[in-house]
Amino acid sequence: MSDTNTQDKVVRVASGQGFWGDWLEAPRRQVEGGQVDYLMLDYLAEVTMSIVQKQKERDPNMGYARDFIGAMESVFSAVADRGVKVIANAGGVNPVACANAVLAAADKAGVRGKLKLGVVTGDDLLPRLDELLEAGHELKHMETGAPLSTVRDRVLSANAYIGSTPIVEALERGANVVITGRSTDTALTMAPLRHEFGWGAEDWDKLAAGIVAGHILECGAQASGGNCLHDWRNIPDLANVGYPIAEASADGSFVITKHPNTGGRVSVPSVTEQLVYEMGDPKSYITPDVVADFTSIKVAADGENRVRVHGITGGPATPFLKVSIAYRAGYKAVGTLVYSWPDAMEKAQLADRVLRERLDNLGLKFDHILTEFVGVSSTHGSLAGEAGDVPEVQLRIGVRGPDRASVERFTRELAPLVLNGPPSVTGFAGGRPKIEEIVAYWPALIDKRAVTTHVDILE
Amino acid sequence: MHVRLLDIAHARSGDKGDTANVGVIALRPEWYPVIKEYLTADVVSKHYEGQITGPVERFELPNLGAVNFLLHGALDGGGTLSLKTDAQGKVYSTSVLRVVLNVPDAVAKAAGLPAFATG
Repeated sequence: MSDTNTQDKVVRVASGQGFWGDWLEAPRRQVEGGQVDYLMLDYLAEVTMSIVQKQKERDPNMGYARDFIGAMESVFSAVADRGVKVIANAGGVNPVACANAVLAAADKAGVRGKLKLGVVTGDDLLPRLDELLEAGHELKHMETGAPLSTVRDRVLSANAYIGSTPIVEALERGANVVITGRSTDTALTMAPLRHEFGWGAEDWDKLAAGIVAGHILECGAQASGGNCLHDWRNIPDLANVGYPIAEASADGSFVITKHPNTGGRVSVPSVTEQLVYEMGDPKSYITPDVVADFTSIKVAADGENRVRVHGITGGPATPFLKVSIAYRAGYKAVGTLVYSWPDAMEKAQLADRVLRERLDNLGLKFDHILTEFVGVSSTHGSLAGEAGDVPEVQLRIGVRGPDRASVERFTRELAPLVLNGPPSVTGFAGGRPKIEEIVAYWPALIDKRAVTTHVDILE
Repeated sequence: MHVRLLDIAHARSGDKGDTANVGVIALRPEWYPVIKEYLTADVVSKHYEGQITGPVERFELPNLGAVNFLLHGALDGGGTLSLKTDAQGKVYSTSVLRVVLNVPDAVAKAAGLPAFATG
């Protein structure tokens, strides 16, 4: 391929899923609504790894985002017949089982011969945890500085956030579907651009551009009119919302757009809202591949539902990978009751006092009890002012603590209030609150050299 | 002159552990310098007094006409620990827009800021 061709080449990466639970229609709509080269599906949030780890403990063939199998079925023809490639971190803690499930579905659909799966492993540190601790990797909590040994016996999962390199390797070995475990969300978009444009491992500005494109795409429609506060009333046809697509060029610039005849809106405000989402220090957006500078990003309108993003700079990556560790941290339950006019707020407040007194009288101990008055102050607290003459208030009360029996007893103290507490109460049809085991999150750093990734090709 | 943030900015918020991030974006480029000058970490910290347990950090993004705040200790422990309805800090984006800035009349007039009638 000549340089001219590379310079003119545009690679289209479509976002089809922003989390496990996102719109099931989106992947299919992205490959059918117009031309795309890559479909990027992001399934993993901080909490997801511990959920899939529990599933794997119950069944060794589980431990991945099962929605992905349905998503693949909905795009098989595009992958098999039109050359669309899929990149997904759906593998959870069991990328190989996930790949095997895709192959089984492909068999049924008669497209197995046209699939080449790249499976990325090596991010799962759980089997190596004691070995790593013994070798001096303390895996200290990034915020508190506490050593992991304080919660070691309660650890459920431990995964390093890995970058674009193994995904690029899978693409270079001919994979048309790449399945990873705990890849960073942004690597799923950056890797195909690195592969297509031949960006080097130290082309910091271009790698940073790929990361910014990934950041814009990683939350699905949140960049194309979904959850967009700016001018929200006038965002058209959200029922038919188009998910975002990055049209990337070799120089690191790209255009964010969406398919024609879809709803939603791609505008400078919609893209900017997504850019600031979950941002820390904008000058140092740290990823395994590069540190991107979000203060370098230039965004400009480029026609209807098109936003041009350019000028991005970045710098060398750090010698560390972030590690996401999940550990058991007690139990919690949250229950609700609805109090109606007149004096709804006063009734809800009295019910709260009565309930707390009963918990006290029972000698139940919790780490924390939180009361919220939904409809009055649950999201804005005292900033929302007095309740006024509201038609109803939902009392929402939650407890957490190390003792399951105490939390369980709390869940039985709500219903009695319907008959033996303040009047005008309803909304208990859902039954007793559910007791949840809390799986807490322990962020740490590890020397990159301690983590080795592998790519297997399955056909 | 009193200027309400809701009338001059939009915002999005999210979480990282027990910290909420709130990105505040000027509705017009000429309003960004006002936000930059008057929406200080101190103003935001006072706004959330009693609601967050940690400090407020502030970062400027002149390229996006935006200021990013990190509200530490905003999420009752954050993630799965939190008992809050807004455990992931999704709507701090709206509570921040309740901030009312006190901007000198001349500055407000020059930037064409909409006045907010208080009281």
